[in-house]
Amino acid sequence: MSEHLRVNPILCDAYGHCAELLPELIERDEWGYPIVGSSPVPRRLRKDARRAVGSCPRLALRLERRDEAA
Amino acid sequence: MLAASALVASKGVWYLMRSSGVVSLVLLTGVMVLGIATANRWRPGRAPRFVTAGLHRSIALLAVCFVAVHVVTAVVDPYAMVSAVAVVVPFVGAHKPLEIGLGALSVDLVVALIVTSLLRRRLGLRVWRGVHWLAYLAWPVALFHSLGIGSDTGTLWMRAVTAGCVAAVGGALVVRLWNTNHGKRLEPQRVPRSALKVPA
Amino acid sequence: MSVAAEMPSIAAAPERLLPRYPAIGLADHLARYGPLPPLAGRRRELIQAVADSGLTGRGGAGFPTGTKLRTVARAGRPVVVANGTEGEPASLKDKVLLARSPNLVLDGVLAAAAAVGADEAIVAVSREARASHAALVRALAERRDADLVRIARTPDRFVAGEETALVHWLNGGDAKPTFTPPRPFERGVGGRPTLVQNVETLADVALIARYGPEWFRQVGTGDEPGSVLVTVGGAVRQPGVVEVALGTPLGEVLGRCGGPSAPVQAVLVGGYFGTWIPPVLDLPLTKEALRPLGASLGARTIVVLPASSCGVVETARVAAYMAAQSAGQCGPCVFGLPAVARSLRAVARREPGAAEAFARLPRLRAQIERRGACAHPDGALALVSSSLGVFADEYRAHLAGRCTADEHAPVLPTPPTAGDWR
Repeated sequence: MSEHLRVNPILCDAYGHCAELLPELIERDEWGYPIVGSSPVPRRLRKDARRAVGSCPRLALRLERRDEAA
Repeated sequence: MLAASALVASKGVWYLMRSSGVVSLVLLTGVMVLGIATANRWRPGRAPRFVTAGLHRSIALLAVCFVAVHVVTAVVDPYAMVSAVAVVVPFVGAHKPLEIGLGALSVDLVVALIVTSLLRRRLGLRVWRGVHWLAYLAWPVALFHSLGIGSDTGTLWMRAVTAGCVAAVGGALVVRLWNTNHGKRLEPQRVPRSALKVPA
Repeated sequence: MSVAAEMPSIAAAPERLLPRYPAIGLADHLARYGPLPPLAGRRRELIQAVADSGLTGRGGAGFPTGTKLRTVARAGRPVVVANGTEGEPASLKDKVLLARSPNLVLDGVLAAAAAVGADEAIVAVSREARASHAALVRALAERRDADLVRIARTPDRFVAGEETALVHWLNGGDAKPTFTPPRPFERGVGGRPTLVQNVETLADVALIARYGPEWFRQVGTGDEPGSVLVTVGGAVRQPGVVEVALGTPLGEVLGRCGGPSAPVQAVLVGGYFGTWIPPVLDLPLTKEALRPLGASLGARTIVVLPASSCGVVETARVAAYMAAQSAGQCGPCVFGLPAVARSLRAVARREPGAAEAFARLPRLRAQIERRGACAHPDGALALVSSSLGVFADEYRAHLAGRCTADEHAPVLPTPPTAGDWR
């Protein structure tokens, strides 16, 4: 079971908290919106990822569980 | 001897109630200012923006503690004449129903704000936001409660504290309303009609 | 399922959906196509027939219709939505189909509703498509079997036809796309599983219900059976909507429209989410043939660009249009598409600073791709990217300060949109 970060771009309003809390995985584009990779969140960063998800003022960041795909 | 210590104890409770009330008001003012600042994407110096949001949350929880002390001491104190029911159900107390009622109302609203915020992810953005707007009601209600309850209202220091709280929230609101583009409300960018015309 | 008497057999010009002389009124429709076979209690047969026919969605995505029917049929209390909104300005086929063969579409709606077990169906048509709406109203008035169908008139916006946008609007919101999951087939109109199907697809379902999957497969290719409606515009003698078998070569499709009216510089295939291709006239219109060119039939729109026009200018105009048509919900689209449009405008106008603007495009693209809630920004980018390849020489000329085209009258339609999102 791997966890993936995903942004709901409709809710997102470029507050930027997620990129500040999880700079290893989240960057911001030139307009301030988060660029979230599609690779799974490494185990050591899972706690930080949860913090980032909880901190989003718009609840736009989600952690999705996916089965390990081949 | 016993009567004297009882008198001191009850006076202590009385002072604790008032002081925790004042501290609650100041902390709630801080929470309001920080909440408005978070929406306005303010950052303290070069610190990241999540700090503002984090402070808003921490101080809110601290404020809850002081409100709890204030409420408990108000019920315990024999002079305050506040029943436990009057603390949560507004305007039903026999003594000073309006002023105490305002306090009860603000307690109810603060509890709603805190509980919905703790359960934010379960409730979803819409519900959480809807309830969170009540903060703009909770704070003035708390302020009017403190003004109406009369224990220290006339004193200079209390007036200064009240004025400071109003100035802080008022100022934060002015900055917020003036700076709405910091809110990055998405407007489809106006692409000029000339862009659709054919270049010569 | 009975086979009706005379249906035009395999011809170079199939006349299944858009006969040359359209049926006028219900009686004429029934005389021509035969009655719609009884639908009650034959859900599995119907779905199987559609699955066997190999019919895929005619709205652009090309999803196998049988699979869609089967998925929605499994759920409880589904709703059928016939999508005739057609927000793409270069596409007219849905409006024409509705105006000329509304009863065929309604037959398809009823067949699909029976197949999935829906007791409610909505035909969505754009507010601006008055002839189509009038034809639908007339057709519905004559029928007695279509009580479950109602008509909805959608806002005239490019993205209003996107399935989640349409569902959101039907639910009382703006005609703007929503975040997925859930997709409409899971939770759509009124929270119910919703089958959203293009009106042409449903017209095909109506024909399959009557004549069967083998008949359907008599036209088209093995992998892509059936006929499709294609809107052809630009530099052809008789622009309009034609019905062609899948797999027909591009040149033949243009020939059905009177042929090119000028030497062809390039062809835009698939509407504003589509791609520019060089004028390879013997290219069959199939997925396999188009894919190596990075193209697909998409919105079934073909626009011919004459040699006298400028591909850079046209692309810049469409990019600006697509930017203006953003739903305005997602940062990368709201800010990114206008940035792309501005860069292309600088190049099209041969302004100073055009080179820097042009150099920004790859970085803009990387920041926009796949970061919106819907396909709008990706579609616009696909068109722009294909132009960079096909019009490479023209771009170079513009960056050097020249434009090799002699004519600048606009070829691609970019109508200003009036009205709101409701």
